[in-house]
This record gives sequence, C-alpha cells and structure tokens, in this order.
Amino acid sequence: MEHGQHAFHSDLRLFLSALIGLAASGLDRVVTARVQYRTGPPLAQPFRDLVKLRHKETLIPDGAAPAVFLGAPLVGLAGVTVAGSILWSAIFLPGDGDLGDLIVVLYLLTLPSLAIMLGGFASANPLASLGGAREMKLLLACELPFLIALLVPVIHAGYEIRLGAILSAQAEGGAVAVHLSGALALVVGVLWMQAKLGLVPFDLAEAETEIGGGALIDYGGPPLAVYRLSHAMLLAVAPLFLMALFLGGAPPTLVGFAGGLVKFAAIIALSTVIRNTNPRLRIDQALRLFWGPITALAVAAVLLALGGW
Amino acid sequence: MSAAALKAVCNAPWVFHCSTGSCNNCDIEVLDCLCPRFDVERFGMLLAGSVKQADVLLVTGSCNRKSAARLKRLYEQIPKPCLVVAIGECAMSRGIFIESYNCPVPLDHIIPVDLYIPGCPPKPEAVLAGIVRLVGRVTAKGDRAP
Ligand code: SF4
Repeated sequence: MEHGQHAFHSDLRLFLSALIGLAASGLDRVVTARVQYRTGPPLAQPFRDLVKLRHKETLIPDGAAPAVFLGAPLVGLAGVTVAGSILWSAIFLPGDGDLGDLIVVLYLLTLPSLAIMLGGFASANPLASLGGAREMKLLLACELPFLIALLVPVIHAGYEIRLGAILSAQAEGGAVAVHLSGALALVVGVLWMQAKLGLVPFDLAEAETEIGGGALIDYGGPPLAVYRLSHAMLLAVAPLFLMALFLGGAPPTLVGFAGGLVKFAAIIALSTVIRNTNPRLRIDQALRLFWGPITALAVAAVLLALGGW
Repeated sequence: MSAAALKAVCNAPWVFHCSTGSCNNCDIEVLDCLCPRFDVERFGMLLAGSVKQADVLLVTGSCNRKSAARLKRLYEQIPKPCLVVAIGECAMSRGIFIESYNCPVPLDHIIPVDLYIPGCPPKPEAVLAGIVRLVGRVTAKGDRAP
C-alpha cells in the first residue's frame, strides 16, 4: 500500500513539471500578446503545438548521424524530468530531501543545453552547428556566475548542499532573498534562468531571424516536439529551482502552497517582461556580460553572505 | 493523410513564406499579416524559421525556370502533412507574366496547391480570410469568424 502510494506520487511528479510548464508557456505567450496589444493564442496552444508535431513526419537530413540526431532530444528530456522530480520531492516531501542535492540538480539541468548542442552538431547543417556552438558558449558564460551565486543559500543554510536542508533552514530563518546577499544572488539566478531557457536577450542559439532556428533548424515533427516539451518543462523546473534556493520554496501548508504559486507566477512574469523589453545580445556581449558585471555581482553576494548580511 | 493529423495541423499551422519571383508586393502583404495588427497567432499560427518546422507553405510570385526546382526541393523538405497556399494573381495563374518565356507553367503544375488567394496583391484581410476558411474547411467546422 505504502509502496503503491509512493509510486503514484513519483508518477505524478513526472507529469507535474510538464503540465505546469505547458501552462506557464501558454501564459507567457498570452501575456506577450497582450503586451503588444494583440489577442494572442488560446492558453492551450503549446499543448496543441505538441499534438500537431507528434502527427508530423520525422525527417532525418542527409549526412546527419541518425542515432545522435534522434537521441539528443531524449537526453535533454530525461535530464529535465529527473531534475524536476527531485525538486518536487524536496519541496513537497521535505523529509525525503536526501534524494538529491544542489549539484545533482545543476548537473541534470545542463543536459537540455547539451542536448541542443549534440542535436545541432549531429544535423550536418552549418547553421545548426553555429547554433550549437553558441549554445555551448552561452552555457559556459552563464554557469560561472550562477555557480558562485549558489554559494549564497549554501552559506545561509550553514554550509549544507542538500536541498532539504536549504529549504528547512529557510523555513526557520526566513527566505534567503530577504538578505541583501540573497537578493543579489537571485538577480544572478534570474539572468541564469533566462539564458538557460534561451529567452530574449539570450535567444542567440535559436536566433530565428539570423540563423533560421539555429541548432534546431533541421528538426521538425516528433523530435522537435520532444525539444519543445523539455523546454516547457524547464520553464517549470528552473523557476522552481530558484524558488527552492532563494525564496523558501512552497511549504506543504495551504498558505505555503498559495505563496508558492504567487512566487512562481512572479518569476515567470519577470521573465516575460525581460523577454518583451529587450533586444537580442550578440554572443560576445552575452559572454562579457556574464563573466564581467554579473560574476562581480555574484562574488559580491558571496562576500556579503560570508559577512552575515 | 489522416483526418486527425490534418486537424492537428490546422490547430497550430506554422507558416513558411517563399517568394518564387514576385514583384515583392504580395510579400509585403504577407508580412503585414504577421504584424500585431492582424495577429495571426490568434489561430495558433507562427512564422517558422526553417522549412522543416513548417506546416503551411505560402507561395507568392510567378514560378520561373530557376525557382521551380528550388520550390520543389522546399516542398519535399516539409514534413507531411502540409498545406500549400498560392498568394496573389502571379501564384495562381502567372498574372502579368503569363506570356513570359521564363514562366512556362503555373504553380499548381509544379506542386499541389490547397488554396488560392486572388488579388494583385491580396489585402492582408483577404489572406487571413482565406487561411481561416481553409482551416475551417479542413477541420470540417465550416467558416470560423476571425
Ligand atoms: S500578384 Fe501582383 S502584387 Fe503579387 S507578385 Fe504578382 S504582380 Fe506582384
């Protein structure tokens, strides 16, 4: 009985990220439309897109490596799915928090970027390779300041890297973002999320207007559906990760849950606003931004955290 | 082409725009459709960056000897099921280029066409009305109010 219930919970966790992610990306599209004085698509449009892509033919380009071309999207989906379930259990079952720590989640969240790179390089298309190379540079750029910023919640939790411990430390001592160091680290985190999701101003790996879809240019049909699903899930998992680290997660009470929803919506809304009010950066500008001012900000946050701020 | 697949495509038609030698006016009208004022995203339409991601091929211009081969290749690269829309007089019947040595056959002798939108150039409203009608006809829901 006990076991069955647990299995049910873990199945639910697998679908939860997908459901919330698709809803969030639908909401993002509707809000974007409203910002531009348009009506916009129905809320369920991302789901309809997936259904459509599933019905389309799978084409493998001449000269591509079929195994890598078709396998890469699955790698990304697997990574974000497992990361999602670890986060859900850390938030909803705090006692179970030993399931994974910060480093595991961070590692799993690099898999979607890796999948885009692999898929791009396997497509045998120069524009796809260009997109893949940009994705790689973007990953290198945004991980450095974020890794440093991750130290802030670790320090506030008394040098603990388990997610459960970080969450319970926040349940006692208040959210990390209440401290000055935590707020600065959260800013770094939001920019990391924007780059991780490939949203404007960091949408240079897909850059439709210059490299026609970049790494995904040769993808269509079901493999593209897998990419889009993992992207939607990342849209649920990345804000959740930030919430768990900096905003105290969503404690398993009614008030905590409502608060969690508000925090989640706030992060998504912030990301939508950033995406709608910025132009695309060049890759060298993105690299300079992340390794320059943003890394300095992250280091300052760590120093402040060490000083007890 | 199964009915379910076609219906799924009509719920989220991503368009790819190909000019086979138009005078550029039809293309400008197509771009108008994609701007916020006409908001084609209401119908789930998006502009596809690559032809591999497209469901609807919008063709403008009278197909000439050079572009015919390229158009054929583009058509072959769209994952099926897909729909083809001929926009403007040129794409329908070669328009003013009908006597030209360089436009031997009309578009529908090169690739199958699902919808013709007349006009030189057609207004954005006409393009939208045509596509909505096509979607309605394919999904057998009749005409949907835009
Ligand atoms: S139909 Fe008219 S407007 Fe359109 S490409 Fe031909 S000549 Fe130009």
